[in-house]
Amino acid sequence: MSFLSIRNLSVRLKGGPPLLRRVSLDVAPGEVRGLVGESGAGKSMIGKAVLGILPPSVEVTAGEILLDGTDLLTLSAKDRRRRIGASCALIPQDPLTALNPSHRIGPQITDRLVDILGWGRTEAEARAKALLAEVQIADPDRVLRSYPHELSGGMRQRILIASAFAAEPRLIVADEPTTALDVTVQKQILSLIRDMQARHGTALLFVTHDLGVVSKVCQRLSVLYAGMVVEDAAVTDFFAAPHHAYSAALLAATPKYTDPKAGLNPVPEAVIEAVRAEVAAFDRESAR
Amino acid sequence: MDGRSLIRRRAGLRLWLSAGWLMLLGIAALLAPWIAPKDPLAQDLFLGRLPPFWMAGAEPGYWLGTDSLGRDVLSRILHGARVALLVALVAGTITCLIGATLGLLAGFLRGWVDMVISRLIDIWMAFPPVLFSILLIAVLGPGLTSIIIAIVVIDWTRFARVVRAEAMAQGAMDYVASARVAGRGRIGTMVREILPNVLPTVVVLLTLEMGIAVIVEAILSFVNLSISTDDPTWGGMIAEGRTSIHQAWWVLVFPLITLFLTVLSFSQLGEGLKDRFDPVLR
Repeated sequence: MSFLSIRNLSVRLKGGPPLLRRVSLDVAPGEVRGLVGESGAGKSMIGKAVLGILPPSVEVTAGEILLDGTDLLTLSAKDRRRRIGASCALIPQDPLTALNPSHRIGPQITDRLVDILGWGRTEAEARAKALLAEVQIADPDRVLRSYPHELSGGMRQRILIASAFAAEPRLIVADEPTTALDVTVQKQILSLIRDMQARHGTALLFVTHDLGVVSKVCQRLSVLYAGMVVEDAAVTDFFAAPHHAYSAALLAATPKYTDPKAGLNPVPEAVIEAVRAEVAAFDRESAR
Repeated sequence: MDGRSLIRRRAGLRLWLSAGWLMLLGIAALLAPWIAPKDPLAQDLFLGRLPPFWMAGAEPGYWLGTDSLGRDVLSRILHGARVALLVALVAGTITCLIGATLGLLAGFLRGWVDMVISRLIDIWMAFPPVLFSILLIAVLGPGLTSIIIAIVVIDWTRFARVVRAEAMAQGAMDYVASARVAGRGRIGTMVREILPNVLPTVVVLLTLEMGIAVIVEAILSFVNLSISTDDPTWGGMIAEGRTSIHQAWWVLVFPLITLFLTVLSFSQLGEGLKDRFDPVLR
């Protein structure tokens, strides 16, 4: 029984083109699923739809988002908020804008636990401190009293990870959590997310455009093109033999650091045309 | 000295100079009935157009001279400060509360709320402000309350526009998304996450608005639409001084300098406070 199950989810720009085309995917408890695709493929849109933070210009036209068996889309806004808040969290992309510059770190972690989930103040503070230690922050007391601008990007991303795990969510959406960091820090943050995920047994929806990251962190992945899932596979199978021509080309396009002279292999024109034709055929099908 | 402390020191000087002047003026306004050397309304045609104390022909006790009716300029400036500061504080605060609230709602909630408020702002801004205020006073009748209402009615858009843009920018930040995911409601997110980040802007606007209120009051006094002509106001003094500028320049110049320093202090106070509030510079 999967914890998150998305069934035929279609999302479009209000009065505009579709952004997600009947997306289906499952995330089992404790499983890590990667969402890959080029920019604009709709990978972040899936995460936003699950967390109920789609921009107001976007609407869901069809489908179900089952969280622990309940369809979020049929709930009232308030019930949906409460359900998502109780069992999900977000690790955002840009650590520089993901912490409120006006508040100290401590309250940013604890206030949500206290105000929304009804924890005691001392209990929440102890929890925040323990979490910062768990994400290997050397001086938790000082950091909890700091403002975000006093900390480095990598430090802030650690705090965001700690904060995401604070209420022991069952699902975390990580929206390109390493894109805004430099390469040396990326690696540490990745292994940190993986360790935390394994230790807490949290399911993870990992949005990224980097297949290298997927191979390190994920068990399953969905490859998206133009809001359509073109491949859904176990990571080991995928890297051994991708099924879809587009995912194969995407895999081949990933630069290999072991072979720097190999050059870049962009996705061939023919493959893109083929997958575009597939999307067009799909649109004709659903218009009928 | 690193850049940050340099900025802080410069901001500090500006802050203290402007706050000092406004404080002085505020105390003078409060205590005007007791500290003003003369009765601001007492006329004495034998003492008309006396020059300020350092010029030949000055009378002791009339520090900044007298106007053509023999009224003491310093005492009138001190009493005029009461009107000016009262208008600045009351009109500025009400304008700020109304404008900033509407701007915050429009910028963060978007949708139809934004639609209604933004159209309202567009329509409002198409009215020429000076004519609008004169029209309003003509309808409401002259008086302190009318001036305050006129300023609020005309200037709330200034706050609404800026705060709306700022709230929109802040609303797109990831920390707002995180708060929403955690289960905070829309109003809760607005008050807790957005408001603290637009506050520095609001403070700057508020002090600017207080300066503008002082000017507007002076303009309306100048065209005789402010409070009754008996009570001294800076604008009224400037208007009266204009007729005798060649014989007694001090009647016009001293209230003008006071007005200038006050408006300048309000805007500098805002800049200084902004630096204080900014968590990055703090």
